[in-house]
Amino acid sequence: MATEFVFPDTAAKNASVDAPEFQTEKMSLSMGPSHPSTHGVLRLQMELDGEVVTRCEPVIGYLHRGDEKIAENMTYNQFVPYTDRLDYLAPLANNVAYALAVEKLAKLEVPERCQAIRVICCELARVSSHLLGLGAYAIDVGAWSVFLYTFTEREKLYKLFEELTGARFTTSYTRIGGVARDVPEGWTDRVNAFCDQFLPILDEILALLTRNKIFMDRTAGIGVISKQDAIAYGITGPNLRGSGVPLDLRKDRPYSGYQNYEFDVPVGASGDCYDRYLVRGEEMKQAVRIVKQAVGKFPGGPWYATEAKRIFGPPKAKILSSMEELIQNFMLVTEGPQMPAGEVYFEAENPKGALGFFVVSRGGGVPWRLKIRAPSFCNLSILPKLCKDMMVSDVVSILGSLDFVMGECDR
Amino acid sequence: MSAPADLLAALKQSFPQVADRATLDHPALDVPAEQVVAVLGYLRDQAGFDFLVDLTAIDNGEDALPRFTVVYHLLSTTHLNYVRIAMACPGGADPTAPSITSLWPGANWHEREAFDMFGIRFEGHPDLRRILMWDGYPHHPLRKEFPLAGIETTLPDLEVVAETGTKVIAAPMMGGPFVASPGEMNLTDAEPRAKDESWSERTEKPE
Repeated sequence: MATEFVFPDTAAKNASVDAPEFQTEKMSLSMGPSHPSTHGVLRLQMELDGEVVTRCEPVIGYLHRGDEKIAENMTYNQFVPYTDRLDYLAPLANNVAYALAVEKLAKLEVPERCQAIRVICCELARVSSHLLGLGAYAIDVGAWSVFLYTFTEREKLYKLFEELTGARFTTSYTRIGGVARDVPEGWTDRVNAFCDQFLPILDEILALLTRNKIFMDRTAGIGVISKQDAIAYGITGPNLRGSGVPLDLRKDRPYSGYQNYEFDVPVGASGDCYDRYLVRGEEMKQAVRIVKQAVGKFPGGPWYATEAKRIFGPPKAKILSSMEELIQNFMLVTEGPQMPAGEVYFEAENPKGALGFFVVSRGGGVPWRLKIRAPSFCNLSILPKLCKDMMVSDVVSILGSLDFVMGECDR
Repeated sequence: MSAPADLLAALKQSFPQVADRATLDHPALDVPAEQVVAVLGYLRDQAGFDFLVDLTAIDNGEDALPRFTVVYHLLSTTHLNYVRIAMACPGGADPTAPSITSLWPGANWHEREAFDMFGIRFEGHPDLRRILMWDGYPHHPLRKEFPLAGIETTLPDLEVVAETGTKVIAAPMMGGPFVASPGEMNLTDAEPRAKDESWSERTEKPE
């Protein structure tokens, strides 16, 4: 026969029933700017009731360098290295987006080979960025080993980038009207070999998380962004598609020859952290699929816009041997690629979302105004709404799933 | 879904003051300040342009009229077209604009940024504070009169200033971008290093 257990503080408990509701004191917590889960220098000024976030105010700008001001004071080509430092986890994709925006201003089409090189660059950058995002996210929610696998693969990608651009991290590879140099001998074969060995490893990496009980507990049903909210806040990229909006600029407004490749656009169902993770995982597979197609039918021909003499510099050998080319190069370096007056807006589907450039030109080699529409900036603007009434540990999970980068957010 | 040209023609019928704007790519419209909220609301609800991709401003130069232009870029998630809406800011060097946070909550940060960088006051904005520069910063850096090197100011934390006496000084321009600013012909006069906006080989670094 069960005996009735009497809690020692039952009397106190009964007494408090009639007492007025107990009010806890709210606590103010500053998370960041140097907190490991804020991936850079984001600061969240939070108001906590116990462990529940009652108010969350992101404070940004710690990495503000005034890129837009700098752009107004230099030629179009001189700004390419600055684009590396926007989303510094996918510099190649930024380079390409910037070059395409300025080329749109000049109404310049680059040759097929250049387009294919750029597509390969973009997609490898996407894989690299998602691998880092995935590894860091797994650490945030308590799974260390994923990081080790993803960084092994990133290292292989960095070797390929180094071979192509001469730099591992800040690639500065594109020029207005082309790229810095043609692909090295045998590079496409090595890219292909990377893709082949990467797919089984990627499956293995994703298998560590996809049905992992701890990972699912930390992510499923957490940080749900509805379709309407995603659109209202201007969220783009995998975060938007995770909420079930199938908007992908590569499919919907193809650029750089993306219409010639077959790939699928994965979308999520519920818009939670887990869906965003799944979308990124599948996007890597689709990126590899695009790269394999691009490498398979890699076109020959020129790798820069040969006829655009006032925009793209001649090859070095010709500069040193021919007077006309020397003058052309001198004018390009001192006055910049010559652009018509007008306004263009171009955005590309970058790993983090739609990276847009709004270029206002008054003619000449320097933009009058260059606005950078940073996907991370827009994606973070939903945080006050998303973090409200969540636990502090869920905030860490939400931050990781949004996969932002502060270099781009603060510019 | 009809073509964007038809949609914008219908818009112009409802809002006769809307005019075409010079553009090199997407359709662009000039909208007067008092109608911009109504026009953007119309575009969002009746023309399918439901996605505010970007909101920014242009400084047209210190003597230009209008001094500032606010530019909105909208995208449609259904018919996948862009449209650019430009609005001349009333108020000259102390510009104002209506806030569109009631239409898109995502406009909140964009408007804060435009306020921070250009000093455009968005009326009706729930929380118009600086976003990239610190609170209390006295300048608007993307205005054309603001020099590339920056302007000497105090640090944001007054306690640190009182203790150390350090301040934010203008950046060195040696090794800086050696290019002509648009409209200036003489390279020697045009490059920031020659302008001596701050310390360089010619002027001493401030103490």
